[in-house]
Amino acid sequence: MTDKCDIVLDINGQQYRVTIEPRRTLADVIRDDCGQTGTHLGCEHGVCGACTVLLDGDPVRSCLMFAVQAQGRKIRTVEGLTRGTDLHPLQRAFIAHHGLQCGFCTPGFLMLAAGMLERNPDISDDALVDVLSSNLCRCTGYENIIKAVRAAAAEMRSAR
Amino acid sequence: MTAENKTGIGASVTRLEDLPLVTGKGRFAADVSFPHQLHMRLARSSHAHGRIRAIDVSQAAALSGVFAVWTAADVADVPLIDFREGPIEKLAPYRQPVLARERVRYVGEPIAAVFADDPYVAEDAADLVFVDIEELPVLMDAADPPGEFAPGFSTEPTICKQGYGDIEGAFRNAHAVVAMDLSVGRHSGVPLETRGAIGRYDAARDVLELHGAAKVPHKNRETLARMLGRSTAGLHLFEGHVGGGFGVRGEIYPEDILVLVAAMRFGRPVKWLEDRREHMMATNHSRQQRHRIRAAVDADGRLLGIDDDFLHDQGGYIRTHATRIADTTCGVLPGPYRLPNYRINGHFLLTNKTPAATYRSPGRYETNFVRERMMDVLAHRLGISRVEIRRRNLIAAEDMPYERPLVALGDDVVLDSGDYAGLLDKALVRFGWEALERSVAERRASGERVGLGIAMFVEKSGLGPTDGARINVDTTGCVEVVTGGASVGQGFETVMAQVCAEMLGVDYRCVRVVHGRTDRIEYGIGAHASRATVMTANAVAVAAAKVRTKALDLAAQLLQTDLRHLDVVDGEVVRTDVVNGPSISLASLAHHLRPASPTRGTRDPGLAAEGWFDTAHQTYPYGVQLAAVAIDPGTGAVAVEKMLIAYDCGRAINPMLVRGQLVGGFAQGLGGALFEEFQYDERGQPLSVTFADYLLPTAREIPTVDVLLTEDARSRWNPLGIKGAGEGGIAAVGAVIASAVEDAIGMSGIITQLPITPQRLKRILDDRAQAATGGEHRVY
Repeated sequence: MTDKCDIVLDINGQQYRVTIEPRRTLADVIRDDCGQTGTHLGCEHGVCGACTVLLDGDPVRSCLMFAVQAQGRKIRTVEGLTRGTDLHPLQRAFIAHHGLQCGFCTPGFLMLAAGMLERNPDISDDALVDVLSSNLCRCTGYENIIKAVRAAAAEMRSAR
Repeated sequence: MTAENKTGIGASVTRLEDLPLVTGKGRFAADVSFPHQLHMRLARSSHAHGRIRAIDVSQAAALSGVFAVWTAADVADVPLIDFREGPIEKLAPYRQPVLARERVRYVGEPIAAVFADDPYVAEDAADLVFVDIEELPVLMDAADPPGEFAPGFSTEPTICKQGYGDIEGAFRNAHAVVAMDLSVGRHSGVPLETRGAIGRYDAARDVLELHGAAKVPHKNRETLARMLGRSTAGLHLFEGHVGGGFGVRGEIYPEDILVLVAAMRFGRPVKWLEDRREHMMATNHSRQQRHRIRAAVDADGRLLGIDDDFLHDQGGYIRTHATRIADTTCGVLPGPYRLPNYRINGHFLLTNKTPAATYRSPGRYETNFVRERMMDVLAHRLGISRVEIRRRNLIAAEDMPYERPLVALGDDVVLDSGDYAGLLDKALVRFGWEALERSVAERRASGERVGLGIAMFVEKSGLGPTDGARINVDTTGCVEVVTGGASVGQGFETVMAQVCAEMLGVDYRCVRVVHGRTDRIEYGIGAHASRATVMTANAVAVAAAKVRTKALDLAAQLLQTDLRHLDVVDGEVVRTDVVNGPSISLASLAHHLRPASPTRGTRDPGLAAEGWFDTAHQTYPYGVQLAAVAIDPGTGAVAVEKMLIAYDCGRAINPMLVRGQLVGGFAQGLGGALFEEFQYDERGQPLSVTFADYLLPTAREIPTVDVLLTEDARSRWNPLGIKGAGEGGIAAVGAVIASAVEDAIGMSGIITQLPITPQRLKRILDDRAQAATGGEHRVY
């Protein structure tokens, strides 16, 4: 297990050169080796979705991948949602609609929703709930998360 | 005072906490790291009960990168984990050691601690710790005869008892008696962030630090200092962001002590993070009780007495709360009803499961289910409606404050205020209960299985006795509020800032709130049992009023006007008797109050003050929950079609956040009502250690929840009139869902167990179908 390999990860457009054991998960490398701790680990078995990041635009569980598998792919994390000091419409909507309490699941929900709305900006209300039901939140009861994502979706559509 | 303050009390402003949390800048326990830190991993018991014959750590210790491996022998000087409220002699032998000594008593109990440079290596090494265990008989059902915890110590260390009146007489004179056997499953808070603890010893200052603290940092500091033989001045706890608390996070667990002891001995920081599987076996469980209860009523359906004998399944050890939940269960069971005679015995029983303690609304989620089940069945027995039987028994508003010869959380129960019947009426109207009754009847006639549920409850909140806060306005006008409160994600900073904003006359965005840091304030009540807002906010209000007085006093001198003609608006002291008169900012006043300022006079330096709030009793918020459900007879699945939570918290400081608490609590409660349950096999192996087995509700299961927030009954016990709102959402969900399911299937008294899983409900329906065709009846 001590044979390490050199890889380059593209996280939010920045290149991170890291020397890691091949067994290290993408989530651990993003957090511990690249210092981007906005991606959270809630279960490490792919159910809760707190570790969701975008890989070439698709939401994935970063706890279920090895970092070496993400070489050459474009990784986006919650730290990459903000443009300068401008919050992403989803970030603003989560604040405005009280879509978070403890905030631990929030980065995962934001990335899940961002990936969903970029792929399918006109997603129906019902399909949107289906997608959001793939992540877990223990504080909010989801209602305000759903409200926030719907509001952000509407804003993003009207900005097109 | 500052009626124009749009960010003060009553304003649904957005949260001060949110910006770092939506941008990935939070600082949760896993995000805390120190140079040269070691990573700790525990080897845990894979047996539910056994005698430790031998532990072989040689292979683990030999692994490259491993710094040390400890067993109980290495921490023989560390005492058993203490109770928060101090020693209790009778229960002391049942406390948990930080590493198992001689015996293991549940699967997941820590046996050895491995310390390594890398967390992956630590985990590898923990797998190489070999433990030879001689299995002992397991005790997995609290209803089984008590066994032996240790030689000479029964697994039933105590029975919690309360009661009053003539219970025998009540039953002798009863018009009707109903008896039930009711069970609540084993649940837990299951926050999305698992626990984490980082110990660090600063030898230069001789200060030991625990990072990753939560809930009750100050109280835990006292306990830890006592256990480790340190002064509290040399031990500090630091709370960062906390990814959900719900009662389980922030108690003292073995891992907290191990990282502290290791950091001292090794002279290196030690970091421990729990994984989810560990969390399900190591972090406190809760709830599991079985009540064998009888209720007596007169011919009008008025309660004459309740006699309850319940089993409290504590698990392997007695943790920091001691018998608090069983005691609370005894003290709160009567809820919102008049009850002339009462007897309750709680058998506090150790079993070979993960130890139990508090989970949001402890003792109330359970008793609300039990009591409200009885009310439904009594109504059916007497042929009156479920609404009517409640109406006839409610304590009247004019009877407040209402003393009850009971104790809850060590506090004599005095219900401070409430109009229970008034809230019931409002809730029924808001929900459209009567119209729904008609539509449900029609749908049932066409073959659907739909029903309505009702549950009433009294919560408790704001247990004191005392909390304090310190406020300082700096020379830029920034207001710092230093509290001993804690934030577990509930919006503590925002709420404290709003109270300060209201009392002082500033915008809440100028306020910075400190919490969860024992190095900033000597005492703190923390965040538990819905007391943070009641206790800490009232202390903040006292301190803010003092700061305001000091500001006005100095401003009157500087502006050469009478104090009565001054107000503080948006951080500026202004004259109220003239338009566009002179004014002076709080920032300038702070400048005038610097130690070296000649204008300070004889005043103490600083635009600052400390405030304390004392209270004699808890406050009692109350509520009504109403639900409409539909059952799929093919699968036994329950869908909640409509839900109302009516809740009176006296005065809402931020209604948006109160609603958030109630809806979020409801979601957790629905998990416990329908899905969540820690199950074990007959040898004590836990079967619910992943999110695939312990099912949290998702966005698909949670309906839109209507919240009727009323402010009819301010608390009599505090100047702001507030009562807590952290637990009202979850408190009666088991009760109301059981009520609705039973209504849907039309079998009075058949729902006796939570959670109402699809399997259990389907079996009830299948058995009924079979019975209808002449099959045998099964007992649950």
